[in-house]
Amino acid sequence: MGPIGEDQFFFLMQGLKWTVLLAIVGFIGGGIFGILIALLRTSKNKVARTITAGYIGVFQGTPLLMQLFVVYYGVALLGIDVNAWIAVAVAFTLHASAFLGEIWRGSIEAVPKGQTEAANALGLHYVSRMKDVILPQALKISMPATIGFLVQLTKGTSLAAIVGFIELTRAGQIISNQTYRPLLVFGIVGAIYFIICWPLSHAGSGLEKRMAKAAR
Amino acid sequence: MLNSAKDQPTLISLEDVQKWYGTFHALKSISLSVRKGEKIVLCGPSGSGKSTLIRCINALETIEEGKIVVEGQVLDGSTKSIDAVRREVGMVFQSFNLFPHITVLQNCTLAPMRVRGTSHADAERLARKYLERVRILDQADKYPAQLSGGQQQRVAIARALCMEPKVMLFDEPTSALDPEMVKEVLDTMIGLARDGMTMICVTHEMGFARQVADRVIFMDSGEIVEEAEPEVFFQSPEHQRTKTFLGEILAHH
Repeated sequence: MGPIGEDQFFFLMQGLKWTVLLAIVGFIGGGIFGILIALLRTSKNKVARTITAGYIGVFQGTPLLMQLFVVYYGVALLGIDVNAWIAVAVAFTLHASAFLGEIWRGSIEAVPKGQTEAANALGLHYVSRMKDVILPQALKISMPATIGFLVQLTKGTSLAAIVGFIELTRAGQIISNQTYRPLLVFGIVGAIYFIICWPLSHAGSGLEKRMAKAAR
Repeated sequence: MLNSAKDQPTLISLEDVQKWYGTFHALKSISLSVRKGEKIVLCGPSGSGKSTLIRCINALETIEEGKIVVEGQVLDGSTKSIDAVRREVGMVFQSFNLFPHITVLQNCTLAPMRVRGTSHADAERLARKYLERVRILDQADKYPAQLSGGQQQRVAIARALCMEPKVMLFDEPTSALDPEMVKEVLDTMIGLARDGMTMICVTHEMGFARQVADRVIFMDSGEIVEEAEPEVFFQSPEHQRTKTFLGEILAHH
């Protein structure tokens, strides 16, 4: 058994950096495309609604691990050489946009119909109606579910190890193999995930309680 | 009657309007014309089509047959015609429908800025003017949820007025209010009527109808059953359905 010293800890922190970066990239990319998906999913255009429903169905109905595989190896099969970083960023963006799109579709539809009617009666067009009236309210409604998904996504980044990414979990595995102290190493790794995810979950449920109170 | 609207030009006209919800015939060949400055009260049992009727005037509902003209603009379903009509027609809803995430003042400035392209400063000036008029300027920086129902409805009236509409539609504006708040909203509406606003009000407030309306229209099962000046309407209604309805409504007043 080897000791767990500064070097090992530094290695874990390097992994943590990638975990956090992946979660941020997935969340930002997924957020941008997710809004687009949610808007198309709630549009009047039937084709747009059907296509986005299919997109959401595919990405919600298949494992994230498989999605990572397909993007990483599938794109390589097309003869395009992508580095792991881009492939993983793309896969997480696709994955997150499907889930966030569906969460936000529900939130948009949860905004009372009277809001759309009032905006229409005032003559507001689609862009202003969405930007100024519906989306701010929908975003607020979606906060607990959105934060919940961000927690899932952060933990889901561990799957990036499969395409050669040395993020937190993979870093833990390597240290564990070096030191033969799996329990201690993965205890530390677990604690690090917990320190990131628990405050998020806590903030989410706090928001939920506050909103439930405000709605009463 | 507050002022004579008989010589004024026609502002709104409906010709033989038909509307179905699936197989349900919601509006049955409705014809109606409203002159500038006229105040119309629409009443009738629930489900009679009165709300549907006024919601057709600003294209919140589509019609299957017939013709609606507002200020010379035919509502033909095109975005252009809908925009043109909505610029001239203000609406107040039963459930207020204020935007809860922005302040009272922002509720009032949003549409003038986005639809008319009014500058922020001018929109605020306009908003303050109309908030003052509905006597609620002191609440301008609050959020809708911080106001009482009556106050919220007055803000909704001010919000509609900020677009300086030629016509105001009221869809049961006092039905969701606690009894003690009905008066403040009705007083605001009476004030508007005095200033010569053209108004179509769906309401069961018969006192308001007596005091303000040029014509009272009674609807039942999607049809206009009876149409008369308030005196005639309340004293000697012609149709049995109107008599029954008035009997039920006035029993509570």
